[in-house]
Amino acid sequence: MTLTIGLLLGLSFFASLLALAFLIWAVNNRQLTITQHDAYTIFTEGEAGHPDDATTEGSQDEGGAARAHHFDTERAGIDAISRPAVVTLISSGIAWLAIGSIFGLIASLKLHWPDWLVGEAWLTFGRVRTLHLNMVIYGWLSMTGIGVAMWVAPRIFHTALRYPKLPIIGAILWNVGVAAGAIAIASGWNDGQEWLEIPWQIDILIAIAGSFFVLPLLATAARRHVKHIYVTGWYYIAALCWFPILFFIANIPYIYSGVQEATVNWWFAHNVLGLWLTPLGVGAAYYFIPKIIGKPIYSYSLSLLGFWALALFYSQVGIHHLIGGPVPTWVVTLSIVHSVMMFVPVIAVAINHHVTVARNLWALKASVPLRFISLGAVMYTLASFQGSIEALRSVNSVTHFTQYTVAHAHLGAYGFVSFVMFGAVYHMLPRITGRSWPWPSMIPAHFWLVVVGFAIYFIGLTIGGVLQGFAMLDVARPFSDSVQVVLPYLEIRSLGGAVMVVGHLIFAAHFLAALIQRDAQAPAAQPHDTRSAVST
Amino acid sequence: MNRMVPLAILALAILAFATLMLVIAPAIQIRSEAPTPGLKPYTAQQLRGRTQYVAQGCIYCHSQQPRSIDQAPDAERGWGRASVASDYAYDRPHLLGTMRTGPDLFNVGARLPSRGWHLTHLYQPRAIFGWSIMPAYPYLFERKEHAEPGDVVIILPADRAPKKGVIVAKREALDLVAYLQSLDHTFPAPTRAVRDDGYAEKGEPR
Repeated sequence: MTLTIGLLLGLSFFASLLALAFLIWAVNNRQLTITQHDAYTIFTEGEAGHPDDATTEGSQDEGGAARAHHFDTERAGIDAISRPAVVTLISSGIAWLAIGSIFGLIASLKLHWPDWLVGEAWLTFGRVRTLHLNMVIYGWLSMTGIGVAMWVAPRIFHTALRYPKLPIIGAILWNVGVAAGAIAIASGWNDGQEWLEIPWQIDILIAIAGSFFVLPLLATAARRHVKHIYVTGWYYIAALCWFPILFFIANIPYIYSGVQEATVNWWFAHNVLGLWLTPLGVGAAYYFIPKIIGKPIYSYSLSLLGFWALALFYSQVGIHHLIGGPVPTWVVTLSIVHSVMMFVPVIAVAINHHVTVARNLWALKASVPLRFISLGAVMYTLASFQGSIEALRSVNSVTHFTQYTVAHAHLGAYGFVSFVMFGAVYHMLPRITGRSWPWPSMIPAHFWLVVVGFAIYFIGLTIGGVLQGFAMLDVARPFSDSVQVVLPYLEIRSLGGAVMVVGHLIFAAHFLAALIQRDAQAPAAQPHDTRSAVST
Repeated sequence: MNRMVPLAILALAILAFATLMLVIAPAIQIRSEAPTPGLKPYTAQQLRGRTQYVAQGCIYCHSQQPRSIDQAPDAERGWGRASVASDYAYDRPHLLGTMRTGPDLFNVGARLPSRGWHLTHLYQPRAIFGWSIMPAYPYLFERKEHAEPGDVVIILPADRAPKKGVIVAKREALDLVAYLQSLDHTFPAPTRAVRDDGYAEKGEPR
């Protein structure tokens, strides 16, 4: 014990020295002074001040062709190069969304119809639920998030994507990995830890696939044509450094055991959200909100605080999943403190996102993609506030082990990240294909279905979870009370989930129709000259 | 930030620091503890049953970590004393769980020692508890015209029993039940054993 404390003291002293040296270096090299002018990096010359919404332009134009953005000749060349990789990744992601959310609905129904589909092992609740989680996290959110990054990163770096064929190979391998993982889980072969169910043998394939995404994005960042790295780029670069390491360390077989393994498990699982999905979502929102509105982010220097505070605090929150459990008190307390500190980066990001939108409310009316993305940003704020409060010991005693946590997880992964991805896809695809969406009325239909469906889902399950928690804490009530009290809310959740699934199927069909349409009719405007974009 | 390499290095340094605090330091502390006296390693059959527990996804509805009496009435429900880190010395993977759609199972072997009860319950939970929402696991059993020597026949109420023949347990079901029966941590925990004491009053026993 004395050795442990001595070691920790020594290491924290060493870490402080390093951090101090870094700070001195950063101040000397003006790394910490970013100006509002840098926020204009996302615009090419003459673009700022003009809203950029690909879903409404089509209806205004004769012939329905979405124009390339006003001053976009260089950018059209950049987009043309990333196009095959982006389309492959996003199509894969949407396919996983469709399959994964159907499995989610089956799992939800099975919770209140326990004798439904019990004849086959692969359809038992424990496997269907796990299939849902792995498909939507590693299929839908990860692939779509990377696809969006492949499209946004070259634009903020003002240069074409490097090695544009590698992400296509990566996407194929990643799909094979997720599919193999799903088959393994369905057949009962899994590693036994939440968020780490895919067998480590298959994880090797996924890790290799991941490197096919990391390399092109880092190479593009290294050869950018602007000096400044826009805030979206920080999130992307950091996430691409973080996730492979997290994934690798957490999946090393044979070296962890017992509750020590549990700390690795939750260090990983919460960092998938904090250091992978959140940077992908926040980074995308930081690009699309000002880009669609046509005005830069409200306070660019605040984004620096938001980013580094997220890195510092979010990386240490994981053990709040083990509050009251058989792990050392100090590590639980450490994670609770960091969970509460998350208010700092969340408020910083919230000010930037919400004030930018609030000063331009007209844009919400005009652009459905912006509606998706800014609502997603609001959900990020809410989910993070909720998470900080949920980590307090007194609150956690009620909500831990209940459906409340499930509702919270969906507020983050669905309300926030998925909504941002929906909006990003709606904004990007017309720019990618050169054609507008074939059924424009389906976009608001998708929006309202998932908003209403998710509201039913979240509110119902949150109330049910709190009632479940209070029933479990009351020694005078038998355990069966906690089951019976939550049952109606599980049914409400299935209703909300079904509405969400309908929205996803419309989204997937619409996306497919937009892709097929591209093949049927040649794009209206092809970039004439891509040389400026590809020369290095 | 205008430089990529410092950005990446600092981002990785922060992750390394988090890994030190959440992974390495707890590992050093937890691994210095000997297994709780009285804790037995699993037998081969119990380990096979544990694999079934993982394969069926029991973890998504059942925890294995009773909370302390200062926090929640887990002990009064018969789920056992607050668990400590050294209770899990033989667990690979850990099966702590984060959900209690069903009750905690850390001491289910002590609370419900009967093999017949578990087999009936796995075949059809609602044959025992009408309110249960646990899935039935009929695929861990098979129907036979007549029980053969060595077969374990499941006892069922008349309305749940097959019209003809008998239901016998497959090996997977027997293994799983052997594992559930092994979940018995009724021996005392060493004082000062590692666990989250964040709810305890100073100096109180747990």
